[in-house]
Amino acid sequence: MNQAVLALEDGSIFEGTSFGAPVQKTGEVVFNTAITGYQEIFTDPSYCGQIVVLTNPQIGNYGANSSDCEAPHPYIEGLVVREISPVASNWRSSDKAEHFLAQYGIPVIADVDTRRLVRLLRDRGALRGVIATGEHDLDQLVQIARNSPSMTGQNLVSRVSTANAYSWTDGVEPVSPSEKAVAPDDARFHVVAYDYGIKRNILRHLVQIGSRLTVVPADTSAVDVLSLKPDGVFLSNGPGDPEPLERQSGEVRQLIGKVPVFGICLGHQILGLAFGGKTYKLKFGHHGANHPVLNYKTGKVEITSQNHGFCVDPDSLRDSEVEITHMNLNDNTVEGMRHCSEPVFCVQYHPEAAPGPHDSHYLFRDFAALMNENKR
Amino acid sequence: MPKRTDLKKILIIGSGPIVIGQACEFDYSGAQACKALRKEGYEVVLINSNPATIMTDPELADQTYVEPLSLAYATEVIRKERPHAVLSTVGGQTALNLAVELAESGVLEQYNVELIGAKIDAIKKAEDRLLFKDAMRKIGLDMTQSQLVNNIEDGLEFADRIGYPIILRPSFTLGGTGGGIAYNREELVEILERGIDLSPVHEVLVEESVLGWKEYELEVMRDLAGNGIIVCSIENFDPMGVHTGDSITVAPAQTLTDREYQMMRDAALRCLNEIGVDTGGSNVQFAINPENGRMVIVEMNPRVSRSSALASKATGFPIAKIAAKLAVGYRLDEIRNDITRATPACFEPTIDYVVVKIPRWQFEKFPGAEPVLGTQMKSVGEVMAIGRTFKQALGKGLRSLETGKSSGAKSLDPELIAKRLITPNPDRLDYVRFAFTRGYTVEQVHEMTSIDPWFLRQVSEVVVLEQSLANRPLASISAKEFRKLKRDGLGDRQIAEMIGAQPMDVRAARKQLGIRAVFNRVDTCAAEFESFTPYLYSSYESEDESEPTTRKKVMILGSGPNRIGQGIEFDYCCCHASFALQDFGYESIMVNCNPETVSTDYDTSDRLYFEPLTQEEVLNIYDIEQPDGIIVQFGGQTPLNLAIPLKDLGLPIIGTDPSDIDLAEDRKLFGKLLAELNIPSPPHGSATSVEEACETARGLGFPVLVRPSYVLGGRAMVIAYNEDTVRRYMHEATSFSVKRPVLIDRFLEDATEVDVDALCDKENVLIAGIMEHIEEAGVHSGDSSCVLPAISLKPETIRTIEDYTGKLARALNVVGLMNVQYAIKDSEVYVLEVNPRASRTVPFVSKATGVPLPKIAVGLMLGKKLNEFTHLTDGIVNGTLPVTHYFVKSPVFPFGKFPGVDPALGPEMRSTGEVMGVGASFGEAFAKAQLAAGTPIPNGGALFISVNDRDKPAAVAVAAKFREFGFELFATRGTAMALKQAGLPCKTVFKVNEGRPNAVDWIKAGKLNLVIYTTTGSHSFPDEQTIRRNAVTYRTPCITTMSGARAAAEAIASRHRDPLRVWSLQELHAGEAIHVTTA
Repeated sequence: MNQAVLALEDGSIFEGTSFGAPVQKTGEVVFNTAITGYQEIFTDPSYCGQIVVLTNPQIGNYGANSSDCEAPHPYIEGLVVREISPVASNWRSSDKAEHFLAQYGIPVIADVDTRRLVRLLRDRGALRGVIATGEHDLDQLVQIARNSPSMTGQNLVSRVSTANAYSWTDGVEPVSPSEKAVAPDDARFHVVAYDYGIKRNILRHLVQIGSRLTVVPADTSAVDVLSLKPDGVFLSNGPGDPEPLERQSGEVRQLIGKVPVFGICLGHQILGLAFGGKTYKLKFGHHGANHPVLNYKTGKVEITSQNHGFCVDPDSLRDSEVEITHMNLNDNTVEGMRHCSEPVFCVQYHPEAAPGPHDSHYLFRDFAALMNENKR
Repeated sequence: MPKRTDLKKILIIGSGPIVIGQACEFDYSGAQACKALRKEGYEVVLINSNPATIMTDPELADQTYVEPLSLAYATEVIRKERPHAVLSTVGGQTALNLAVELAESGVLEQYNVELIGAKIDAIKKAEDRLLFKDAMRKIGLDMTQSQLVNNIEDGLEFADRIGYPIILRPSFTLGGTGGGIAYNREELVEILERGIDLSPVHEVLVEESVLGWKEYELEVMRDLAGNGIIVCSIENFDPMGVHTGDSITVAPAQTLTDREYQMMRDAALRCLNEIGVDTGGSNVQFAINPENGRMVIVEMNPRVSRSSALASKATGFPIAKIAAKLAVGYRLDEIRNDITRATPACFEPTIDYVVVKIPRWQFEKFPGAEPVLGTQMKSVGEVMAIGRTFKQALGKGLRSLETGKSSGAKSLDPELIAKRLITPNPDRLDYVRFAFTRGYTVEQVHEMTSIDPWFLRQVSEVVVLEQSLANRPLASISAKEFRKLKRDGLGDRQIAEMIGAQPMDVRAARKQLGIRAVFNRVDTCAAEFESFTPYLYSSYESEDESEPTTRKKVMILGSGPNRIGQGIEFDYCCCHASFALQDFGYESIMVNCNPETVSTDYDTSDRLYFEPLTQEEVLNIYDIEQPDGIIVQFGGQTPLNLAIPLKDLGLPIIGTDPSDIDLAEDRKLFGKLLAELNIPSPPHGSATSVEEACETARGLGFPVLVRPSYVLGGRAMVIAYNEDTVRRYMHEATSFSVKRPVLIDRFLEDATEVDVDALCDKENVLIAGIMEHIEEAGVHSGDSSCVLPAISLKPETIRTIEDYTGKLARALNVVGLMNVQYAIKDSEVYVLEVNPRASRTVPFVSKATGVPLPKIAVGLMLGKKLNEFTHLTDGIVNGTLPVTHYFVKSPVFPFGKFPGVDPALGPEMRSTGEVMGVGASFGEAFAKAQLAAGTPIPNGGALFISVNDRDKPAAVAVAAKFREFGFELFATRGTAMALKQAGLPCKTVFKVNEGRPNAVDWIKAGKLNLVIYTTTGSHSFPDEQTIRRNAVTYRTPCITTMSGARAAAEAIASRHRDPLRVWSLQELHAGEAIHVTTA
């Protein structure tokens, strides 16, 4: 078995065994605490530019399959795990997880003390790193990590967004005879979805609520979007820092008040900027499937799926214009907002889950209701 | 919502005695609930018949009733205490059932008591199969298809519709007798016919088979606001067909994609909603077809359970404690996560390790019971192990079991592989490993076991790794290889066995290479947040998180998995040791691997190491912690087995010196000591060969008691009336060696046995209790009911006992606790056994006297003297502690779970738990204890009596008493003759071989209310066994000793005389002492 090494910008070295593609990759090292759903994590475009550490030590057990992809291919730069399964055991599996990543040129470093790594990232914050296989000069690797681009200020959206607009019609398909197939509602709405790095499960859920979807590139202008005569505009999730996305937030500002808007994750942050607010980088981000979020309106707590390194600063928003609707109970960060007078709302977390709990699916229904209301 | 202020006083119902399927996990949950509610300012009243629990400690509740968990006694407690609410969800099925009874009988309404935790409708919906099915159908959840049938045609029609195989379960038969699996029409007709016949209601449940499906469990919590969270997912290593309690289980679930897991999560939350569990913890079980992912819901429990205890320990999320808070109105987001302090309890724990639970069985104690596993739970205990990977956790789990077997793949019978793999049994994993050493592939083993290939692959990789060590010189193993071996969970001993070295040499070699254990934290959040709770497990990672302190500290070695003879009583002692250490200003460090216990609650000790109790693992902890002392005398045999090796390595064992503990086990040395002290003991010897044993036995004279050294619970102990039995025993029953010879004692027939617990500080000896056994000598002390104070001993006998106890304690240099067993025959006092350590009766004596024995013992071990504890002992330093009432401890047996086993009592302990009854007279206390033990003595009806000749005079006297109480007498020929001669009218009943209707027919017909059937001594005839077995099956109380029969008569007398009354421990301990010495 080949050895591999993960070197971090602070000089830390983690040794392990090489799996996946035997290549060298750099990225910001972040950890995700979800127990299930590694395939969805691999293929989430929001991980563009990041090397992902999974805290669940046993990865790859159920292999990989064709339907649990959130994008046509994986987006993580590299994977760090404690153990990668030599077998794939699940009735839906068509490939081993390790092969799945190798196929797309993504390296995996296994047998790593991931807990020490996570504790380091928790204390130091997200760090840049490099995965390399084979023999290397470690000092040189640390240099490579230090020279790799920082997340802050980087426009990664342009790397992951679609080049051309396309339409999407697939809804949520059952994966088990026990899962009842729920036919999508009749397509009453035309929704234009900005692809900043959109996850398929968002598209599927938008279809479920009765949307005909046009997915447009991230740099599409508000004018072009409005010319499609949408009943609603969706702002997707996506990778990296929202601050460089001035163009996007500018265009979104043009949409407010003209059409119902719903944003998720990066879409939420872009709205925050469009509202005139600011964003900031979290120490090590929220990446997991167990974050408690309080919904101020219902008073109920939702267990949510999260994946973001930046956050909207509530003090930068005008109370008269924007209302905070959701709050993270772990660290009291903003998880949801609503415009006080216009049909615009957004959440920082992932109601489409994939992976994660389904507690927040209702937000798609809320979007449908908003569009419905606006139609009348 | 903040907590409710309209409630002031809350009654918590406990789970009663430890039985198979309901063990000390409910002490854990109940104790947590008591603590949580009191901390919130509620007045807590507790009812639980089990004295060996922490929850029944007087400090844990305002009023503690150790009284039977029956409708009548619970009603009396409610009448007396007038609580505002009853919490029924932390005491297992027992508490839930009692709550239903209290509600349905109108008691709750009458006294205006609210049921909190789960409402009556929710309980019924979850418990009633039909209601549950309807509810699940309503919310669109799939269940296995099933139907109750009472004729063959309906059964066939069902099978045609569903397809084979079909599971058949006759209604209301004991242990599922008469059930089975039909693979075709012919078998269906056969099993169905038999089942309809065997079922008392002539009804059989026919059910679609989900055998071999993947089995899962989710632990769910919900608050009044409707917030629901999943605390933990658990996947069973053994697929459907084996009771979860008998399955190896793994947390978190390993082979589900997120889609499938979330489908299950959604289903579990919907299930709780529909059932109407408005607050608390529940578990929901699922089965998944590995072929296509079809998921069916198997069952749900609207209460905390064995799995929720496991889930709490596995994640660090205290389910019962939080359930109690939710029950009084808190919301999940209002409760803090103890471990992270910064985040709320309203989240889903995530773990960065793997947890494996392995059950522990004791089929060897129940000859006649087939060692196969099915839908009825048979295990008596379990261990949990935490590792960074499944392999590591499994290896640690196997070491934790203390089966005495090595944890590596063993050489077994190749002929049996197929059989042992196909039919689930306690040795299945051994055979899986063995099969891999024989070249079986994962696919082949999967086909035979249906165990998921992922698990099998993990097991096979470890086997391959282990085999690769064969014939390797120790010096040739590199650091990298050692790291791999240790990371994959191999123990030093296991490595040593493979390479033919000594475990300590392996340890030294790897440490030399820098391969040493580190400790990681269980923190509920996979290190995302800082952890403030030192709840630790070992691994071979690269960073140690233990952060030991520099305080004065003492490490307590726990008692490991529950087993018959070593159960909750020892956990009780260990917990108290911990509390006491904290009181005395020491840091307490707990080491244990039993997930059911209070000792493995991270709240119990300053620091918790969830580790196997092996020399290797204890040394790992010692290396890091460097404690000032190690306590080995509280955890039963488990830590004692480690005491000498640890002492030899220079570890600071405190309390009685291990060599003195050992001396008491060494027949020769101990015999010498007794002779020096001039204390009589039954003539005895020891043997290391068959011939020596026979010779010794002949020399002593029959009957003799034969047993191995160093065991608890009378394992493999027999009374031999002749040489043949001795010979057979030496050939079959046990292993022995020069180091561990077989012990042979002259058996004193018809002697009275006495158990004594005492405290000693090398100078003074305080006798905590002199307990008189109800059953005569020959019945294992753990299986005999006993009474405090002694009721039939003469004052001079008591004085002799006090004298001997004092001499023994001083001679053995006891520092702490000591237990002595005496036999009294013809007024002569003999010492049977001395154990200079905490005994099984310590919690009982502590509850009865109100004196915390383990606490004082710890003080003594820390160098304090008895005269420093006079505030706890009412000034007594020497002599015997008084009691204010009569306290009877009675055992509870698992015979109902082992059909075909003779329930006659003997020298081998077979009870799983105990209860305590308290009364103003012996009869009252005994009646309560018997009721609490589930063997209530009837007030009247038909008494069937059959005794051996020796017992006939006594039987006449007893029968006369029962006759006075209005019993109708039935007897076998010989006994009937004796009764008639004494002028007692009675009907003669045939023995089994005499004709029909015979005694068994009478029992089956339910015509007998009480059976007194003593053994004939030398060996039980099949006839006797049949009668006793049927009495168990048909739930007819069956007494097998004359002293038991006399006690029953006194109990009935009390019922006729005394009102139904209850006392709390707090009242009892404030009362006046009684002085009873003579009969």
